[in-house]
Amino acid sequence: MKTLRDTWLVFQRHMLLLGRSPLSILLGVAQPVVYMALFAPLLKPALASMGADSMTDAYRIYVPGMLVALALGGGLYVGFGLLAELASGVIERARVTPVSRVALLLGRALRDVVVLVIQAAVIIVLAMPLGLFVHITDLLLAYALLALITLTSSAVSYGLALKVSDPNALGQVVNNIAQPLMLLSGTLLPLALAPLWLRRISDVNPFSRAVVGMRALFAGHAGDSSVWQGIALLAAVALVALAWSARLFARSVR
Amino acid sequence: MIRTRGLRKTFRTGRRRKSTTVEAVAGLDLTVGEGEIFGFLGPNGAGKTTTLRMLATLLPPDGGEAVVAGADLRTAQAEVRRSIGYVAQGGGTWDDVTAREELVLQARMHGIGRAEAQARAAEALDAFDLTAFADRNCRTYSGGQRRRVDIALGVVHRPKVLFLDEPTSGLDPQSRSHMWDEIRRLRTAGMTVFLTTHYLDEADALCDRIAIIDGGGIVAEGTPTELKRGIAGEVVTLEVADHAAKAAEVLAALDCVRSAEVRDEGDVRLSVDAGETAMPRVMRALADVGVELTTIELHRPTLDDVFLTKTGRSLRES
Ligand SMILES: Nc1ncnc2c1ncn2[C@@H]1O[C@H](COP(=O)(O)OP(=O)(O)OP(=O)(O)O)[C@@H](O)[C@H]1O
Ligand SMILES: [Mg+2]
Repeated sequence: MKTLRDTWLVFQRHMLLLGRSPLSILLGVAQPVVYMALFAPLLKPALASMGADSMTDAYRIYVPGMLVALALGGGLYVGFGLLAELASGVIERARVTPVSRVALLLGRALRDVVVLVIQAAVIIVLAMPLGLFVHITDLLLAYALLALITLTSSAVSYGLALKVSDPNALGQVVNNIAQPLMLLSGTLLPLALAPLWLRRISDVNPFSRAVVGMRALFAGHAGDSSVWQGIALLAAVALVALAWSARLFARSVR
Repeated sequence: MIRTRGLRKTFRTGRRRKSTTVEAVAGLDLTVGEGEIFGFLGPNGAGKTTTLRMLATLLPPDGGEAVVAGADLRTAQAEVRRSIGYVAQGGGTWDDVTAREELVLQARMHGIGRAEAQARAAEALDAFDLTAFADRNCRTYSGGQRRRVDIALGVVHRPKVLFLDEPTSGLDPQSRSHMWDEIRRLRTAGMTVFLTTHYLDEADALCDRIAIIDGGGIVAEGTPTELKRGIAGEVVTLEVADHAAKAAEVLAALDCVRSAEVRDEGDVRLSVDAGETAMPRVMRALADVGVELTTIELHRPTLDDVFLTKTGRSLRES
């Protein structure tokens, strides 16, 4: 109960801050939008191997992957914000109060989910004129998947920021995790063309399961087994990531 | 209210092979009474912040024990946090929110309800003279305004024990004395205040008791008056028209004078216990024996003299 209340407090504060610098949200979607405009046409021939015959089909495959990339990549960079907060002393101020340590993490991670929801909405709306159409229930399930991915990636990023503490080192670590993870998830480049061993690795990557699930949803196949498998798997992964990060928040000596 | 035994903290820095250790706090024994303004006076790097951070549960001690507001620092940190306020040396506010919003959040983080938190925030804004800019973003505050907000944040939940790390650094003389008054008012309200400072006058004027810390250890402890009296006593220097030797002889016989000597310059130097009561008696004694006094001067030792005697260095220089 106290954790919920405290989470709400921290979340509220960060929504307030977000509302006062809305530009950061839009800057976050700039890159995906450019990707959508440039990469999808470029990749159409490659996506043909996944059953894309028209441009609309290409977007139906490309956009869900990109949303996963946004949730994964965007989330992994939130640690930098935490480093700035650590330097400014606001974290220390909170740590002297009896406020729940889990709430300090959850409130922030939920803010990150909200940011992603807004960004994804922008992208989906922009993709509509291109022929992308998603049923509302499918869309809600897609959002559930994206939220779980964001919770995971931002929790990991906060944990890394607490462990690494140096912004330069954090940049290196995050890049080294983000790049291969995105590649192995088949978010932007389809894995169909990848050699077999790469696909095998990708099969055990929970995020590539999520991408498959997302694509099923955008194709209107909510009943596809990849959807519920993806959600269940990601829920487990998110829980582990949050637990790890919350422990660091509680223990962190800084 | 606060009691420490052998509190220690050692920092290790650098890579494994070339690591150096800094003994920031080396076995601290302290007792701070309830309702006391206790000052921690020491030069840069003495270990003041490290001690405060340990007592405020932010840094686990490497050794020793401490009890803060009746709760054991090692085993009951949550309980300690419920009774304390802590204002860091560098403060801590978000740029894009107002002082009022910060105060409300801070009170809420201490478990206070929404309406009550708003009332407490308004009260703190008033007490620390922040109303003029309470609804502007913290980004726009001057250094001194920000400092006052920091301190208001430390007391908005009315803690039993308040830790202030250099509360008046960056304040102009007027805000500084205003802050002193405010801190004294907190004591009147029953709060125990543990502050650090490297201002001699602040330690002297504001604190009921002080500990002088240097190199991670306490070199002297007591009320400012005790500490100053404890080292050299007070010194009265006087010049007489003539008969300096006779004057010294007469004055040495007074019971308020510890010693009297004629210095090379021809003036007389008296070491006394309490200068303000000794001076009139000195004057009267000289008048009685017909020695004409031309000048008389009282020199009181400062806390800097105390620091100098204990460490061989001056606090001003270090
Ligand atoms: N995180 C840390 N890692 C390594 N050394 C540290 C760390 N924090 C403090 N120190 C060292 O411990 C010693 C005591 O530092 P501390 O901050 O307690 O001093 P201080 O008395 O507060 O000084 P100041 O008046 O400058 O604030 C210093 O030598 C400092 O360099
Ligand atoms: Mg300090």
